[in-house]
Amino acid sequence: METNFIHHQSAHCENGVASNLLKHHGINISEPMVFGIGSGLFFFYLPLLKVNHAPAISYRPMPGSIFNKAAKRLGIKVKRVKFSNPEAAQKALEENLKNNIPSGLQVGVYNLTYFPDEYRFHFNAHNLVVYGKKENNFLISDPVMETVTVLTDKELEKVRFAKGALAPKGQMYYPIEIPSNIDWENAIKKGIKNTCNDMLAPLPIIGVAGMRYLSRSIRKWPVKKGVKVANHYLAQMVRMQEEIGTGGGGFRFIYAAFLQEASVILKNEKLKELSLEMTNIGDLWRDFAVNAARVYKKRSNQTDVYNSLADELLKLADLEEAFFKKLKKAI
Amino acid sequence: MKKEEVPQDKSSLSSIKMKELCYATDEKGNYTTALSTGWEPKTIALENSIQDVNERIEEANQNVKNGKASPIVYFMEVHKMDWLTLSSYVNMWQWRVKRHAKPSVFKTLNNKILSKYAEAFEISVEELKNFKGN
Repeated sequence: METNFIHHQSAHCENGVASNLLKHHGINISEPMVFGIGSGLFFFYLPLLKVNHAPAISYRPMPGSIFNKAAKRLGIKVKRVKFSNPEAAQKALEENLKNNIPSGLQVGVYNLTYFPDEYRFHFNAHNLVVYGKKENNFLISDPVMETVTVLTDKELEKVRFAKGALAPKGQMYYPIEIPSNIDWENAIKKGIKNTCNDMLAPLPIIGVAGMRYLSRSIRKWPVKKGVKVANHYLAQMVRMQEEIGTGGGGFRFIYAAFLQEASVILKNEKLKELSLEMTNIGDLWRDFAVNAARVYKKRSNQTDVYNSLADELLKLADLEEAFFKKLKKAI
Repeated sequence: MKKEEVPQDKSSLSSIKMKELCYATDEKGNYTTALSTGWEPKTIALENSIQDVNERIEEANQNVKNGKASPIVYFMEVHKMDWLTLSSYVNMWQWRVKRHAKPSVFKTLNNKILSKYAEAFEISVEELKNFKGN
């Protein structure tokens, strides 16, 4: 059995699955549009929560939130089911495929056989679409891959029931109700407002305040943790910012693409200007990654290289604070 | 980022001919997508993580050899797990797993518990029990 699903490559898995599933249901929505309406741009810094033995830094909200918010704002109903029993999970998936419903799955990356070894770590919030089954192989559309691929029953069960933080528990999701008329303008405005409020939130670990907090921590790392650990932390930060999925610059370029698309739909010239500004901010994040890479490559142990990185981050926080204030006013 | 600036550096992606999608602007300043084979600062960050994993494995290996840690610690590092991930795979509390990391406690574990770990590490109980460090 095979559904007539069309695979499109995307930068980020969650937007990609959302955009591909919605396209299948006749809604022509781009990846940046899903990302923007679902308020995908975010920043948080949780020094006490360790991921890969480094403090948790993220440029995106909790898994599932982008698609959920986007769907809600577009008036689309998405069904999500979790399973405790792997057999029931497989049966439900096969049932969907029989009914010509390509289904999104949350999976763990560690056992995804088609990923290069270096990228296989215990990250449980990856997303892909199963669009058919041939003999013992499930037909897989992983949006970060250029082409479609396959997984056997066993392989798919393993990634659906990966354990650890954010365990997927076999989670499967698919749109069940599509409205005949979509209010794009309203959805876009809601998405933008939500992002502005997140990034300007008066909480020390979120948005621009989180960046400033992280900047203060970077100054202290080499003294408190030693150069080796400080460099490991920086490397992890750069991975979160630039690794497959962010589209570069910690999602800033995807967001700029969204603003450009939004300016046409809302007939708002100001958003086009702001899109340009976001692109420049994204370029500065790329510069930050280049400079951080220099630090952890040379393993230089002067304290001022960390200070200059912290200054760079502080500048980015200032620029983004000004940016999101302007964006809030523009809509 | 301009389209022509999308980096095409060598990376672990290029070895399997995988390319990732980036968002960049064309000559008119309009957004479009472009494929990238990799970017050096990222590759260095990834190498740093791999090196970190390898150092942790080697440290665990030495600790098992010197009788300071049980094989569980070694295989946990080999599988890039931390205490939380491992305890979730074997379905036990973290403090219990940490206790099993002591060689003296590990020796007393019965086969039922050992097989839980062996399954999580995809090895046999014998391999787990008999690991003395490389």
